[in-house]
Amino acid sequence: MIALAPPSLRVENLTLSRGGRPLFRRLGFAIRSGEALVLRGANGSGKTSLLRMLAGLTEADEGEIFWDESVCKTASAKLRLNALYLGHANALKDDLTAIENLADALSFDGVNVTQARQVDALERVGLSSRQHLVARRLSQGQKRRIGLARLVLSGKPLWLLDEPTNALDAEGVALFIRIIDEHLLAGGMACIATHLSMQIHAPMRELSLDEQVLLESSEAQAATPAAGINEVAGVDGAARVTHVAHIAQAAEAT
Amino acid sequence: MNSLANTTPEMLVISPENGVLLAFRRDYRLAMRSRGEIIQALVFFVIVVSLFPLAVGAESALLKRIAPGVVWVAALLSVLLTLPRIFASDYADGTLEQLAMSPYPMATIAAGKMLAHWFTTGLPLALVAPVLGVQFGLGTSELGVIVASLMLGTPVLSMIGAIGAALTLGVRGGSILMALLVLPLYIPVLIFGAGAVEASMAGIDYAANLSLLGAGLLLGALASPFAVAAAVKISLD
Repeated sequence: MIALAPPSLRVENLTLSRGGRPLFRRLGFAIRSGEALVLRGANGSGKTSLLRMLAGLTEADEGEIFWDESVCKTASAKLRLNALYLGHANALKDDLTAIENLADALSFDGVNVTQARQVDALERVGLSSRQHLVARRLSQGQKRRIGLARLVLSGKPLWLLDEPTNALDAEGVALFIRIIDEHLLAGGMACIATHLSMQIHAPMRELSLDEQVLLESSEAQAATPAAGINEVAGVDGAARVTHVAHIAQAAEAT
Repeated sequence: MNSLANTTPEMLVISPENGVLLAFRRDYRLAMRSRGEIIQALVFFVIVVSLFPLAVGAESALLKRIAPGVVWVAALLSVLLTLPRIFASDYADGTLEQLAMSPYPMATIAAGKMLAHWFTTGLPLALVAPVLGVQFGLGTSELGVIVASLMLGTPVLSMIGAIGAALTLGVRGGSILMALLVLPLYIPVLIFGAGAVEASMAGIDYAANLSLLGAGLLLGALASPFAVAAAVKISLD
């Protein structure tokens, strides 16, 4: 739910290693209302782990997550009430129809959405003729689209999306970007791990997990240095520079 | 159409009862969609019990003596076979992550899932058991005790089993590990369950055995949702 005061997410000193290998060290950033953070990085650079940590599914080795400026224990009820996580898996039950899957997901999200609005949302994502088909019979892209319908209906302020455009066709990607833009315009927040260079119109920043560099888009208010990297970690693997056309300013790493 | 994103949805009441109810309804519906699995477990139960008269011969005194143990061991194995159903597919398709992220406490969701599991495995077993008991020449009062002991005991099997199933998620060869983990914990249920029926056959008071099963049920109902929630969290990390 979009709260009265604009919500915000802040992360400080986040450190996580997996299998003895540091993924990131002392990572810090903030996402403000109406803003998107795009996570970049090579395979295995920790994009999914970071998203799962924000979702409260994985415990950080160190560091804190702040929601509305108060510390959130990982998986705290407050974070779970405000965040929606779409992972690699589509989280659909093969035996249920598209609309049953959507209705189930929404009720576990804790929101009450009328059937009419669910049908509308499925129509918007192009599944109106497929809504009574069991998920087993849907294509990968169509399954992804159910996730988009859920995003639209959930009304959660923070969207944590892991490769959301996987398996989507060009039209689906365009639809996804429209949905993200609407969400950000309405004061929402999004953290998106993707390899695609997305043309989101709202303020967008990029976090490269290869080098732990935070890049700001031109629209973002560069005046407030709420985001910064505390330290560049010596993550092994070749440093890769992300070239994105509409990035104007690169925040310097220490 | 564009207004969809901007309308703030109404929140459901985030209460523990609603969490249990939602999870129960979800899992019950899913079980009903693949009814074959429920029937398979029942048929397995019937076949295992029916194997004994074939193997040990039709001597009625012997059959009657082994009946309680046979019915209970078969019920236990049959429940064991269905345990992966509680979490394995949810884990594989990503819905378990979503359940863990739900604002409803994971313990309430776990409770609903265990209830649905019992409703679709333990309860049918308890209802079918008297028919099998007749095969062994048990009397009406003994059949009643068999049903009562299974009604009290099988929920405990579901609860202990759910803990084992949650702990072994994503582990290679998890189903055997789960059996090794769960079967020793099933022993008390087996002893008191079969013991109740034996006591009634011997004409002794069987209330003590049933009371102990009931006590186990209460203890399990209190503790197992939290244990399962913790196990799921560990498995997802």
